[in-house]
Amino acid sequence: MTNAQMDIGQLEKTALELRRMALKIIFEAGSGHPGGSLSATDLMTALFFGGILRYDPKNPKDPKRDRFLLSKGHASGIHYSVLAKAGFIAESDLSDYRKINSAKFLSGHGHPKTPGIEIASGSLGQGLSVAHGIALGTRLQGFDSKTYVILGDGEIQEGQIWEAAMSASKFKTNNLIAIIDFNKVAQDNITRDLKDIEPIEAKWESFGWDVQRIDGHNMAEIMEVLEKPSHPEKPRVIIADTIKGKGVSFMEGKTAWHGVAPSKEDYEKALKELE
Amino acid sequence: MKDAATRDAYGETLMDIGSNTDIVVLDSGVSDSTRTKKFGQKFPKRFFNMGIAEADMVCTAAGLATTGKIPFATSFACFLLGRTMDQVLVSVAYSNTNVKLVGTHCGLAVGEDGPSAQMIVDIAYTRAIPNMIVVQPADWVETAQATQALVDHEGPAYFRLGRPKVKAIFDSSYKFEIGKGRVVKQGSDLVIFATGSMVQESLVAMEELAKENINVTLVNISTLKPIDRDIILELVPCHGALVTAEDHNIIGGLGDAVGEVLLDNQIAVPFGRVAVKDQFAETGTGPQLYEKYGLSHNHIVKTVKDTLNKK
Repeated sequence: MTNAQMDIGQLEKTALELRRMALKIIFEAGSGHPGGSLSATDLMTALFFGGILRYDPKNPKDPKRDRFLLSKGHASGIHYSVLAKAGFIAESDLSDYRKINSAKFLSGHGHPKTPGIEIASGSLGQGLSVAHGIALGTRLQGFDSKTYVILGDGEIQEGQIWEAAMSASKFKTNNLIAIIDFNKVAQDNITRDLKDIEPIEAKWESFGWDVQRIDGHNMAEIMEVLEKPSHPEKPRVIIADTIKGKGVSFMEGKTAWHGVAPSKEDYEKALKELE
Repeated sequence: MKDAATRDAYGETLMDIGSNTDIVVLDSGVSDSTRTKKFGQKFPKRFFNMGIAEADMVCTAAGLATTGKIPFATSFACFLLGRTMDQVLVSVAYSNTNVKLVGTHCGLAVGEDGPSAQMIVDIAYTRAIPNMIVVQPADWVETAQATQALVDHEGPAYFRLGRPKVKAIFDSSYKFEIGKGRVVKQGSDLVIFATGSMVQESLVAMEELAKENINVTLVNISTLKPIDRDIILELVPCHGALVTAEDHNIIGGLGDAVGEVLLDNQIAVPFGRVAVKDQFAETGTGPQLYEKYGLSHNHIVKTVKDTLNKK
C-alpha cells in the first residue's frame, strides 16, 4: 500500500490546494457545502497525505486498508478533492460533481460506487455506527487496520451517535478513531444555540472514550495526535476545534456559507485568499 | 420437520451453519426471544449484542458487511424496522451492503403485547425499498433452507419470522428457492396464495371447504419480493379466481404484490383478500385476534366462498 508522507510545510501547502479544488467544484456545480468542507480540510489532508491512512488507490478494496468515512457527508466537495489528489479518481472526474451521468458517481453525498468511499452518507448520525462495524470486522479478520470517521459537531446531536459511543466502549474497539470537526456552526444556527453539545469532552469521557482535543487547523498538532498509539482498550475521539469556512475571511464562522455555492465574484475573491 | 415457530428454526439453523466464519449475528437486547442467544453462546466472538439500540445495530451490521462479513441483524420486527427506516435506506439498501435484517414477532400473531408490538406494515415497507428482497418462510424446513439461502444471496434482505408455533408444511424433500412460490396442495376451483402463518391457516380452511366439495389450490409465497410472477400467471387464469392470505395490513403486502402482477397483465378475475383491514388491533391471544380481525381459517373459508360467488 502506498503511503504518501509529506512534512508539515507540504501538508499546509496541500491543504491550501485542496481548499481551492473544493471551492472550484462547488462553484462549478452551482451548489454544495463550502463551510463544512473548508473546516475539515486540514484534518483530511493530514489523514491522507501525512502518512496516517494506509491505502492503495490502485486497489481501493484492499482488505487490509485503513478506512476513512466522512459521516458529515455534505462536505463531499473536500472529500472528492482529496480522493482525486490521492489518485482514487482522476482530477478530470471532478467536473462531474453533482451532475447527472457522473462517471464516478460524484453525488452531493458520497456513495461506494465512487472508489475510496466505503458507505453512503447524507443522513447524519449513521457514520459512527458504520465505522464501528468496520472496526469490529477488521478486528475479527485479525488485521491491524484502523477506521477513522469524521463527524460534524451538529451531527452529534443525533441520538444514534451516542448509541454507537456506548457500543464502541462496550466492545473496547480501540481501532476506531472518531474525529469531530467542531466548527461550532450548523445549518440553522451556531451549534451552541441550536442545541448545545458542551461539555463535549466530559460527554465522551463519560461514555468510555479516550478523548483528545486539538486545534483542527494546526497541522503539527493534528499530526501529533494522529500519530499517537491507540489506547489499549478504549476507542478514541479527537475533538478538533475548527472554523467553519476556514481560510476564506468572509465565509469564516458564518451559517450562511453552510450550503450555498459562491458567486463568480465571491469565488474569485476566495481564491485570492487561498494562494 | 417439526411443528415449531419460525424464530426457533432460525435460531437453530444459525447454530448449524455458524461454522461459516463469515456469518456474524447482531441483536438488540432481545436475543432470548429472537433465538439468537444460542449462536452467541456457541460463537461469542461473532455475536454482537448491541443493547436496545436498533439504529446502531443496523449500521454496525452495514459496516461489518463492508469487511466481507454476512451480518444477520435481528430484533422484533416492529423495532428492527420501525426505528430504522433511515438507516435501512441509506446504510443498507442504497449502499447495497450484504445485511440480512431479521424481524421476529411479526403480525397479529404476537398477541397480548398489543398493537405497538404487532408489526403489520413491514412487508409493504421493505417491498418498496430498491435492492431489498423480502422473504417470509412458512415452517421449520423452509426457514432452515431460507436462512442458508440468505447467506448465499449477495445483497440486502428482510426475513420475516413469527413468534408462535406453526405446523410443519414441508418435508425434507422440499427445496426452497428465493423468488419461487410452491404449490402446497392442488385443487381446481380457486387458488389461494398464502404467506407465513397463513399457509397453515389456509390448510385448515381447505379441510372445511372440502367438506362442501370446494377444492382449492394452495400456493405458498415465501418470497414477497421478487414475487413469483410465473406461478401467478400460470395458476390464476386456469383457476379463474384467487384469494390472498397474509398476517399483514391489506395495503402493500402479498395481496398488492399479487394484484400488481395481475394488473400488469390485464388479468381480471374475482379476487378476495384476507389481511388486516387497515386498522390497529388490540390485545388478546393470537387466535383471538385472528378471529376478530379477519385472519382466521373461518375468514378464509368465507372469503373463498364470496370470491367463488363472483365467478
